[in-house]
Amino acid sequence: MSRQIPKNELNKKLSYRLKQWFLGESDTYVGILESQPQEERVPDQKMIKSHQQDQQALLEQVHDTQHNKVYKNFFRFYRITAVVCCVALVSILLIAVSYLPPVGNPDNPAHNEVVDKYIEDGLQDTGAVNVVTGMILDYRAFDTFGESNVLFIATCTVLILMRNDKKKPADHDHSDRHWEPKSDAILQKVTFVLFPIIAIYGIYVVLNGHLSPGGGFSGGAIIGAGLILYLNAYGTEKTRRFFTEKTYKYISFAALLFYCLAKSYSFYTGAHHLESGIPLGTPGAIISSGLILPLNICVGMVVACTMYAFYTLFRKEGF
Amino acid sequence: MEIFELILLGFIIVCALAVSFSKNLLNSILVYMSYSLVMAIIWIFLESPDLAITEAAVGAGVTSLLFFVTLKKIHAMREEDKEDEQTNSEERVK
Repeated sequence: MSRQIPKNELNKKLSYRLKQWFLGESDTYVGILESQPQEERVPDQKMIKSHQQDQQALLEQVHDTQHNKVYKNFFRFYRITAVVCCVALVSILLIAVSYLPPVGNPDNPAHNEVVDKYIEDGLQDTGAVNVVTGMILDYRAFDTFGESNVLFIATCTVLILMRNDKKKPADHDHSDRHWEPKSDAILQKVTFVLFPIIAIYGIYVVLNGHLSPGGGFSGGAIIGAGLILYLNAYGTEKTRRFFTEKTYKYISFAALLFYCLAKSYSFYTGAHHLESGIPLGTPGAIISSGLILPLNICVGMVVACTMYAFYTLFRKEGF
Repeated sequence: MEIFELILLGFIIVCALAVSFSKNLLNSILVYMSYSLVMAIIWIFLESPDLAITEAAVGAGVTSLLFFVTLKKIHAMREEDKEDEQTNSEERVK
């Protein structure tokens, strides 16, 4: 338990005085400093004039490209150096490329036992027909978890930087929606037809991640792009009915938490050679390949929400 | 098919150069968008359809949209803003 020290005792303590001195509240010799009202600053006409003259001279003499030799030489030097740097960089990169092994050569260093293992045993280990998804969400699931977290953290950062202060009344002149064409008939009709197709395609890509090309990230990006289109056509009043800041927080948090717990469980059992109890199903069926389908849905939700949240935050309105 | 691939690759190089040389920011974003789209087709030729879908959705779609919004935010598209302003005020008059 810490007790509060009375003020008089506190003043005698060295640490307190040091702290006060450090904060600039008191001076060791003078005592407590108090800020005094400053005199109003009267602009000195002479000073202003000399300033203006100096600036004029600066503009005339220094930035006079035609007569100033130093300036001219510097610019010449600057341009030549830029070109030389560019050429050097390009040639270094081209030389590096020329040393790369040819594509598809079986002796390439990329062709080691890891690739063979993934391609040969991938279907048996993960149950996913699409080898790429099997790699991303099973063998390398930890990487994907990090990527999803990076997206979430990026949104949080944008949220901190760009969020509208809630105490202030909504500033209509600075809201983007104010200057955009309202209820544009063409855009609304096109969105009316396109949005369901885009959304269904995105959901298809997410759900079929383990069977066909695609997966959580691509499908989520497609759904997010569709949501952005919907927002542009119908405005925030309509999207607020189903998507607010709170929805974003809940969905992202739930998806990331589920991903973390499910994958931790699978890693734990895998590392100890325990039975995880997650059936792999028959390869090719929609409900198969164990954890990959739910993880794909999680990643898809996080990515879709993040894309949409980025867009809404970059506009001046917020969610 | 090889000729088609070469044409696409040439288009990509032209796009990449055009992005850095164009003075108008809006133009460079549009060129960048087409670059991403062609890149998606090239990914399919390289037999990685997973990447192709992602490139088309993220590279051509969301990234360009974010660029547009950023341009608007830093008032780089001011001329269009003014036009919108006029149409808006006309609407309000009506």
